[in-house]
Amino acid sequence: MIWQQLLNGLTLGSTYALIALGYTMVYGIVQLINFAHGEIYMVGAFVGLFLVTVWDANLAVAMLGAMAVCMLLGVLVERIAYRPLRGKSSRLSPLISALGASIFLSTLMALIAGVNTRRYPAVQDVGSYALGPVQLSSMQVIILLVSAALMIGLQFLVAHTRIGKAMRACSQDLDASALMGINVNRVISYTFAIGSALAAAGGVMVGVYYNAVWPYMGTLAGLKAFAAAVLGGIGSIPGAMLGGLTLGILEIMGVAYISSSFKDAIAFGILIIVLIIRPQGILGEKINKKV
Amino acid sequence: MPVLELRGISQEFGGLRALDGIDLQVPRHAIFGIIGPNGAGKTTLFNVITGIYPPTEGQLLFQQQPIASWSSHKVARLGVGRTFQNIRLFNRLSVLDNVKVAANWNRSAGFWASILGLPSYSREQKHCQEKAEALIDMLGLYDKRMEYAQSLSYGEQRRLEIARALIAEPSLLLLDEPAAGMNSSEKIELMDLIWKIRDDMQLTILLVEHDMHLVMSICEQIAVLDYGRKIAEGRPEQIKSDPRVIQSYLGVEA
Repeated sequence: MIWQQLLNGLTLGSTYALIALGYTMVYGIVQLINFAHGEIYMVGAFVGLFLVTVWDANLAVAMLGAMAVCMLLGVLVERIAYRPLRGKSSRLSPLISALGASIFLSTLMALIAGVNTRRYPAVQDVGSYALGPVQLSSMQVIILLVSAALMIGLQFLVAHTRIGKAMRACSQDLDASALMGINVNRVISYTFAIGSALAAAGGVMVGVYYNAVWPYMGTLAGLKAFAAAVLGGIGSIPGAMLGGLTLGILEIMGVAYISSSFKDAIAFGILIIVLIIRPQGILGEKINKKV
Repeated sequence: MPVLELRGISQEFGGLRALDGIDLQVPRHAIFGIIGPNGAGKTTLFNVITGIYPPTEGQLLFQQQPIASWSSHKVARLGVGRTFQNIRLFNRLSVLDNVKVAANWNRSAGFWASILGLPSYSREQKHCQEKAEALIDMLGLYDKRMEYAQSLSYGEQRRLEIARALIAEPSLLLLDEPAAGMNSSEKIELMDLIWKIRDDMQLTILLVEHDMHLVMSICEQIAVLDYGRKIAEGRPEQIKSDPRVIQSYLGVEA
């Protein structure tokens, strides 16, 4: 029983982690909570659904298509809603703008697709494998493998490629990066593109896994993923991964052993407790304020 | 022909005039010093030159090209490198990566080339690696190239900042108080280094410094700022004997 719950939690946690990465990467560079990020995830789920139902695409194509569309959408949101405000106003204005972008996207999708919950057609055989005491559905296998692959890919990108190094430089000192010839705006665009692609992949997989897609699905998922990012230490990429997995596992355990009506309360309750004990999050760095 | 020319540059911050009508011509291959008391506007001048804020008034010409409204990264790519008064390295990048990240990005070796591992990317990468290693070696940091920048000693961090500023092959290098916090033997090494960089890399150096011995020894020309105005300019021996400079900055003894 506990192993089964652990596996379910890991599956849910992987999707939280995929979304949380977008929050943490953007925060790391521009110190902005991109509240529209949950909506990017929602749009990803819808694009996947569209590709599957209208074009009869398989899961891989749906996922790649959703990632591509959301990359563009993420870059567009940054260009329109955040860039004009950067450096010209208080920290609060981009935050309000982010909320606006979030509401705009979910409402737009409600207008286009209607507010009803839509279901994915059976894109994936729902085979299931017995692994000792644990039942593993094929969709769970896909979620775990794809999430792991994407996160390893991201780690490689950040650690070894030029754009990754530029992203790390920008996250440490944005002004000095610009003065060293790094096109900061371009690095920020890439950051939004990469984070959005990860969220889109998560959106498609969650849509298939839970067999439900609706225009407001990004709100709670976004909040949970944001909580996961803060839990792991916002700004830290391994932190977002760890935070996502931790939150997913604890949430499923809470549902299984306490009560399912506490599902969302558990996630945020844990967040509050962790932040009281360790305000910088699990892997976050302690901020020493310069005087 | 001057590398850098300032014509009537002024910079206001909400009513405070940090720079007031500065005219300056920095000749090619010069080592040019800027001195003045704290708050005279020296670092502001550097920030205006490197595009951190556009000047309120005046013209800024780099190699006869107006750059007053350019963004920082464009100014840097055009050939202006700089270091900082308070060291601003990328602390959690290795010494080598600190330098490599500042190398000029070739368009053909951008994002997709790096993702797809195209030959143009690996070629560029290799070239960049060799250039960065050579620079790090020149500045005596080769043995520490894999360490995090934050683990270096103070003097090493200052040298790493210079290496990072040089990788993009600037034609003008701005050094903001390069000798701050150094002892006298380190200062002598620094002077040798500045001469060597200027001669080997054929560039022009503009530096802000409080250490008068260093400034007077290495600068061929010096401008003195006070309250955002240029109050004197000339060769070191002229500056030393200028009554206004002595009164506002050097003191009677100097």
